[in-house]
Amino acid sequence: MALSREQVQHIAELARLELSEQETELFVEQLSAILDYAEQLNDLDTDAVPPTAQVLALRNVMRSDELQPCLTPDQALANAPQRQDAYFRVRAILE
Amino acid sequence: MELHELTIRQAHELLVGREISSVDLTAAVLARIRAVEDRVKAYIHVSADSALASAAEADRRRAAGEDHPLLGIPLAIKDVIVTQGIPTTCGSKMLQGFMPPYDSMVVSRLRRAGAVILGKTNTDEFAMGSTTENSRFHTTHNPWDLSRVPGGSSGGSAAAVASDECIGSLGSDTGGSIRQPAGFCGVAGLKPTYGRVSRNGLVAFASSLDQIGPICKQVADCAMLFETIAGYDSKDSTSVDLPVPDCLGGIADGVRGLRLGVPKEYFVDGMQPEVNQAIQKALKVWESLGAEIVEVSMPHTEYCLSVYYLLATAEASANLARFDGIRYGYSDHHAESLWDGYTASRTEGFGAEVKRRIMLGTYALSAGYYDAYYLKAQKVRTLIKQDYDRALEQCDALITPTSPTTAYGIGEKVNDPLEMYLSDIYTLSLNLAGLCGIAIPCGFAAGLPIGLQIQGNAFAEAEIMRVAYAYEQATEWHLAHPTL
Repeated sequence: MALSREQVQHIAELARLELSEQETELFVEQLSAILDYAEQLNDLDTDAVPPTAQVLALRNVMRSDELQPCLTPDQALANAPQRQDAYFRVRAILE
Repeated sequence: MELHELTIRQAHELLVGREISSVDLTAAVLARIRAVEDRVKAYIHVSADSALASAAEADRRRAAGEDHPLLGIPLAIKDVIVTQGIPTTCGSKMLQGFMPPYDSMVVSRLRRAGAVILGKTNTDEFAMGSTTENSRFHTTHNPWDLSRVPGGSSGGSAAAVASDECIGSLGSDTGGSIRQPAGFCGVAGLKPTYGRVSRNGLVAFASSLDQIGPICKQVADCAMLFETIAGYDSKDSTSVDLPVPDCLGGIADGVRGLRLGVPKEYFVDGMQPEVNQAIQKALKVWESLGAEIVEVSMPHTEYCLSVYYLLATAEASANLARFDGIRYGYSDHHAESLWDGYTASRTEGFGAEVKRRIMLGTYALSAGYYDAYYLKAQKVRTLIKQDYDRALEQCDALITPTSPTTAYGIGEKVNDPLEMYLSDIYTLSLNLAGLCGIAIPCGFAAGLPIGLQIQGNAFAEAEIMRVAYAYEQATEWHLAHPTL
């Protein structure tokens, strides 16, 4: 299944990536080749087969809502590109 | 024998007998790193000072009467596993300079046992690749032939073990990233059962497939490391609460009466003839040790690659969405809007293979294609799991090659992603089924190691290591060292 340039650009936008002209060309070609290969899955009739999301028996894992040892604000913010006081600093999202 | 050549088991005996100290051993390994690292390039970061300090602390603990198989043993950690106070980069510009504020569960267990952390080994960016060529920093060279790749993505760990730049190591395996490089470098690598080893502090690639495991010089060393890192952890919601078996205790019990299955679909065109010959010879060795060899069929083998690359990339696209340039990681400061900041940080921070996989995964999950790709792949995953269930009813373990070929040249496949993905064809089905497997050396072709893989049932790590150990002790491949 061949992807179009527009589709590749749309996927990039969804993934918050910007592609150069050259990268777009390359991904059109490479992703189309990989998806072509994956078309083989359509040879299999899977109508009656349940999907496997993960191999362990699914169950919710909860813990009691009690304070446990955790990072201090300074530790949590130590790798922040920009901080202000005890907060991550981000660009304004409102006009 | 030089100290850096020791196995974990040998080093432990010498430490217990007070014939060497951990400081002696760690200094010897650091000297080995200085001697060969400019050619092998196994590490991204070596923390010599903190390693020597840990070694001195281990010697004090031993003098005070403590013992553990890993007390004072210098180990290398793949750079996708977070280490407090030691930079963790995932081989990516995105995390260049990132200093984790906590230890992963496996590393905290190693430290509690008294292991010495030497540094962080090279990996394909975010563990996405089969050669380490996708590392942002450098390509690791195969110690057996420096013009060839060590495999990947745990290529740094496997090369460090093969070149004696550590006594043992940890890698991670999402589709073969422990077993394939172990095979290419002629060492032993164990992928534990999904849920057996905590993923807490393993930077997530594909969460339903990722597992941490040991890469070591010999099978018994894998058992020692595995026993230390395995076991329930409440910080990993997919951690399984089962007792960790004593793997070392029964490791020498042999294979008499065991049935070893050979999946006929694995032996197809494209396999290097020497690889096939080495596997056939290995089967004869097990037969001579009393095992029965049976042929089994795994009819959905040919679909594993497609399923893997749809599911792993889908999970990766979701996991890597967290890299937004705000809380940690690379951040572009020039963008004016929040949206542009996300895009610029991710565009500059991620390399080509990571972008390719994020793109593929985003597409597989996107509106209108979810059923056709993601859901379809999950259904075929069920069929692949059923193949294993049926095959392992007929035998105790499966024997396969780790890769269709021996290590290929640096640069040979890097521009053809599909060709590169095909080199993982024998390893990725195991992750889809969530079972355990171990790679060990079984011969050489033109001076390059050939790897074989033993795949076993869920939580059967002790059994597959017993099968591996029987073969290892009957042969001498594990004793060969590259000339560097």
